Amino acid sequence: MSEDLVYLGVPLKRPKVAFFELTSCEGCQLQIVNNEATLLDFLSLVEVVNFREAMSERSDDYDIAFVEGSVTRADEVKRLQTIRKNAKMVIALGSCACFGGVNQLRNRFQDQAWVKREVYGDFPIDTEDEVRPLSAVVDIDLEIYGCPIRKEEVEKIVTNLILGKAIDHPKYPVCMECKANENICLFDLGEPCLGPVTRGGCDAWCPNSRMGCWGCRGPAEVANVAQIRKIMRQYGFSEEILLDRLECFGGFTAHIKEFRHC
Amino acid sequence: MKVTCDINVHHLTRVEGHGNIKIRIKKGEVEEAYWEVVETPRFFEALLVNKKWDNAPYICGRICGICSIGHTLASIRAVENGFGIIPTEQTGKLRLLLKHMETLQSHILHLYFLAAPDFLSTGSVLPLIKTHPEVVQRALRLKMLANDVCDIVGGRRMHPTRTVVGGFTMLPEKAELIKICRRLENSAPDLMETAELFSSLDIPDFIRETEFVSLKGVDNYPFIGGDLLSTDGVEMEEQEYRMMSNEYCVARSTSKWSKLSRESFAVGALARCNNNFEFLHPLAKEAAGKLGFSPVNHNPYMNNMAQLIECIHVVMDSITLIEDLLGNGRQEPRQAVHPQKGVGVGAVEVPRGILYHSYEFDGEGRIQKADCVIPTSQNNANIHYDIKALAAQCAEAGKSDHEIEKLAEMLVRAYDPCISCSVH
Ligand code: SF4
Ligand code: SF4
Ligand code: SF4
Repeated sequence: MSEDLVYLGVPLKRPKVAFFELTSCEGCQLQIVNNEATLLDFLSLVEVVNFREAMSERSDDYDIAFVEGSVTRADEVKRLQTIRKNAKMVIALGSCACFGGVNQLRNRFQDQAWVKREVYGDFPIDTEDEVRPLSAVVDIDLEIYGCPIRKEEVEKIVTNLILGKAIDHPKYPVCMECKANENICLFDLGEPCLGPVTRGGCDAWCPNSRMGCWGCRGPAEVANVAQIRKIMRQYGFSEEILLDRLECFGGFTAHIKEFRHC
Repeated sequence: MKVTCDINVHHLTRVEGHGNIKIRIKKGEVEEAYWEVVETPRFFEALLVNKKWDNAPYICGRICGICSIGHTLASIRAVENGFGIIPTEQTGKLRLLLKHMETLQSHILHLYFLAAPDFLSTGSVLPLIKTHPEVVQRALRLKMLANDVCDIVGGRRMHPTRTVVGGFTMLPEKAELIKICRRLENSAPDLMETAELFSSLDIPDFIRETEFVSLKGVDNYPFIGGDLLSTDGVEMEEQEYRMMSNEYCVARSTSKWSKLSRESFAVGALARCNNNFEFLHPLAKEAAGKLGFSPVNHNPYMNNMAQLIECIHVVMDSITLIEDLLGNGRQEPRQAVHPQKGVGVGAVEVPRGILYHSYEFDGEGRIQKADCVIPTSQNNANIHYDIKALAAQCAEAGKSDHEIEKLAEMLVRAYDPCISCSVH
């Protein structure tokens, strides 16, 4: 697949793209092949040189590295540093890569030896004491949020990168998209929702299905956590329910610390 | 010529997760042959401790991107069994429909994208876009159909948004159900051509007698809940799953291993077809004949064929399920949940085999202890012993190291392992 890519008569360089996964469910990578209707168009935009889940060929020559998953073991630190060296651009793919994702729920335990024992008994197991996002280890050029990511968003971002356009994430919360979709607010149906404080861009994926938002995309630019606490209380939801959702994906770690103090 | 080779496959490709194959043969003698799982653990069983019941399906779905629906449903079943909730008929049918479409999506992904390139001697599906466009289009059509149904029923194809303890947050529209029913009916030619394609492929000749474990069918080919069965004659109840899976830790593997009557056993499509063949849809049975499958089959490479047979079964059964749903009128999507102290177990057949979730609750429905037993972790020991036997067979047959490496890779891929899942 080497035909030239042309946009408005101007030939464009087809970037060499590589996909890597650290500690993850591999769901974000799978989302890339999960959009059958546009998959072939997407593949014609880029040259995929590394995608272990789907292909046997491997190469260290790539422009853009999409890295999924969080960092949980010393060998992953090394792999990530190598990827950083090889790639012109490193993109964190999904909430595990951006914030630690569900994996970081174990950071809430003081005693990591207990965590290991709970699962493996006395059998020795190699892992770091803290689950970290990619940005704690190397510089990241771009983050794509979500658990899972939205394929449409990745396609848009890649297209914009090729065209040299700026990439900006929505600053407004999920609520804006939810209201635009004319959903009945879940609070009125007796369900808790983090839509008011979570970054939009998912088109209110969960509230569209009458499932409250759990904050997988992390905080919106103005995330008024005191406000959501008030709303939750007002609708009769406990602090535990709020905390379960806020801490689920790791995007609100700083906010949780803040209101544990007040 | 006596075989001498040293095969090291580091991070095997076209499988989910990270595993290595090692085979060393010296002058026809196998010195070393093993399957190594090096995936990093995420400690899901610990993550759940002290979390309320509603977190479990939400968090546990994230054990696996490919079978997130299966994990969500097993988790929901464990919570519901713990609280004494019996799903309504409508919920049961919708869940099975969703489960079927995950099976179809996952099997098609495996057959066409992960397994087929070996048989067509390419490194991935990408060259096939040029050389076999009709094959790729067909794969994408079937996968898209499955994923579209998952969107309509579960709200989202991955990490579903409508599946909750007690039922569903909302129901699919009647018009949508009618539309997908038609699309399922129209997928028959694609399925038959898939069967045609795979029946023309050379399945490696390798037999190792194996114990197969799955749910036990009563009047249907079983997917959600019920008793457990093995080909060696072991039968147990769902809540006794620990005595069926007997997990233990081994060196060289961050995934646990399992055993039952022998040193290892297998789960998955092949195990299900072997144990419950009589309950398959007639068209699936007919395809089995064409694909050279009859129970009990002990060739692990035939798992590919068993997956294909199941694809036909789940499509046919989904059509019946939708017809029933449309005929029955709509009931309430969701029932109330009243937490109670106790233990709940959920066994579900996910694409790669039987999956168990088990939770121990306090009186407020907070999880005190969690246990998840994953299909691939049950298969890992069997994969290991298969590799050993394959290495010995290859050494005796005097195969080249290139052939041995390819056969070993294909063998592991045939299990369609979900390695990050097995470690979780
Ligand atoms: S962000 Fe979610 S979907 Fe993506 S890899 Fe992590 S757990 Fe999986
Ligand atoms: S359902 Fe959630 S996202 Fe939608 S308006 Fe209500 S709070 Fe906002
Ligand atoms: S609604 Fe919330 S939890 Fe759902 S995808 Fe959007 S940000 Fe994530």
